[in-house]
Amino acid sequence: MVDNAELMIEIKDLDITFKMATGDVHAIRGVDFCLRKNEVLALVGESGCGKSITVKTIMGILPENAVINSGEVIYHENGKETDLLKKHFSWRQKNINGSNISMVFQDPMTSLNPTMTIGAQLITAIRDHEKVGKMESYARSVELLQEVGITDPERTMEQYPHQLSGGMRQRIVIAIALSCNPRILICDEPTTALDVTIQNRILDLIQNIQRSRGISVIFITHNLGVVTKIADYVGVMYAGKIVEYGTVFDIFYDPKHPYTWGLLSAIPEGSDDKSDLYSIPGTPPNLAEEIKGDAFAPRNPYAMTVDFKAEAPAFKISDTHYAATWLLDDRAPKTEMPAALRERIERMKQEGRDYVKNEE
Amino acid sequence: MAGYLGKRLMISVVTLLFILLILFLLLQFMPGSPFNDEKLSVEQVAVLKQKYGLDKPVIVQFFRYLGNMVRGDLGVSYSLSPNTPITDLLKNRFPVTIKMGFASMMAGTLFGLILGFLTAFFGNRILTFIYNLLTLLGIAVPSYLFAMGFSYVLGYKLKLFPLLYDFRAAGITQVMPVAAMSLGVMAVIARFAKAEASEVMKSDYVQFAKCQGLNNSTIILKYILKNSLMPVITVMAGLLVGLLTGSLVIEEMFSVPGVGSLLTNAISANDYSVVIALSFIYSLLYVVVMLILDLLYCLIDPRVRLGGKPE
Repeated sequence: MVDNAELMIEIKDLDITFKMATGDVHAIRGVDFCLRKNEVLALVGESGCGKSITVKTIMGILPENAVINSGEVIYHENGKETDLLKKHFSWRQKNINGSNISMVFQDPMTSLNPTMTIGAQLITAIRDHEKVGKMESYARSVELLQEVGITDPERTMEQYPHQLSGGMRQRIVIAIALSCNPRILICDEPTTALDVTIQNRILDLIQNIQRSRGISVIFITHNLGVVTKIADYVGVMYAGKIVEYGTVFDIFYDPKHPYTWGLLSAIPEGSDDKSDLYSIPGTPPNLAEEIKGDAFAPRNPYAMTVDFKAEAPAFKISDTHYAATWLLDDRAPKTEMPAALRERIERMKQEGRDYVKNEE
Repeated sequence: MAGYLGKRLMISVVTLLFILLILFLLLQFMPGSPFNDEKLSVEQVAVLKQKYGLDKPVIVQFFRYLGNMVRGDLGVSYSLSPNTPITDLLKNRFPVTIKMGFASMMAGTLFGLILGFLTAFFGNRILTFIYNLLTLLGIAVPSYLFAMGFSYVLGYKLKLFPLLYDFRAAGITQVMPVAAMSLGVMAVIARFAKAEASEVMKSDYVQFAKCQGLNNSTIILKYILKNSLMPVITVMAGLLVGLLTGSLVIEEMFSVPGVGSLLTNAISANDYSVVIALSFIYSLLYVVVMLILDLLYCLIDPRVRLGGKPE
């Protein structure tokens, strides 16, 4: 379906180190993925696995102590390929950021300028990119606010961020991000800082906007429930690498990497409250130290000797599904996912079928 | 806005009344009286005290003083220059001190802001070195040392500026004292400006602005400068009053006829009314400066202006 669709952005072999007073932290250790037109890619993983750093690289807003050792961020438009990492930041500000790629931050309480009205921030966002008159940019701002579901846009235009609630502010952040009609929207945990009751509405909003505008979305989250709702593709990140990549069905119904198994087992289920909530044993590795072999090996109950010696390459399972684990090597013993997870997936599939039946 | 202003004014007035009361009580506890002359007999002192109303209970004195003050009468000097109205004593001295204080403040703030913001924006090695050197010196070295240095090098050796204050050529003779006083101000302002701007540059809203691809000029002016000015304005109040009260040594060195020397003399001579008048004027200045600052906050920060409740 989306396989042959137009490429929007490609990340190739990204490798980033942070220079810290205590030594180097190897935060991104070879990230590859691509995003196609009209597609939602979810990046999931524990805190500190490098999700945010990856998208900050796309926006060019890495902290000063970050060093990009290697990699390319290739932006595709009209058959033209541009490696963003080779461009100066001021060029990207002018030609890419805002007008082609935009980003929504995690905390709406801090992502708006406290001393400017909402209207001024929207109008600035438009007029810094396009030569349009004040009246036109005002009208466009009002339309944007309507698009993100703000009921009294004229009034909101006059207000300051501190006069609005978190959910309203996140809607406005989204409106500003959309103000110059970007082709790619990056959402860095856009619902994490919000009230649970608001989270779903913001999620719906992002989904509706993605569909109505036909844009591509990179969605960072550690909530797997959100992933099933919104994503077409999923990249599971661990310790600065994408360890499994596939469609939402690949990842949820046929996971191959033991880390993905762990993540899926750790989703709390409302139905069987008697069983203990599973958690992956151990903690993520310290990226300030050299990692020998596979980063997940020490926490991996299925780890083999080779896991401690060499990093697994990405094995291809299908055209859309890749996983970096030695378990997929021909020489590895046949290993299946844990039985409890197998049962759980069967239940999910059944629920899915019931859902489809009810819809019909 | 009007309610806020009214509340602030009320608080200011009450504060000032309270300060005046404390000043009055404190001076009662000071040893001696304005009439510490050994040649005066007990009876003569009693006559003098009666003449000036110092034999009345403190609280009566306080309200009489308050009443006179409201009418613009700060009383007369008892011992420094007997029977001269204090307003006359201050008339010529105060403007000199105020002018020098404000000039130092303006110069220090201007250069401090430039130095601090430039270092925050383009923190290259040379700029950071200059910033570190100037702020370290400005904070660690007292202003009178700068004054001595300037006097020796610029005044005595190079003969660029006159060594002593002359009210007929106030402009040029003020340059050295003002420069000496403004270095400390510059250092403090520069540090605050740099720290605050660096903090704001890391903030989410500046990162978001960058992701939106806003122009650099927009980001610097509307995002960084505007949001980092608040704390800088806050320190300015203390600095300004410090300059007005702390210029004493500098006034002495350049023989500037300001109020600094008047205050020290009055304290050692137990000249109550002069001490109270000057202390009160300093307090008044402080309160007024704070009031002006609060109004400035209102202009800069909508959270203060509009009250901070989301609907």
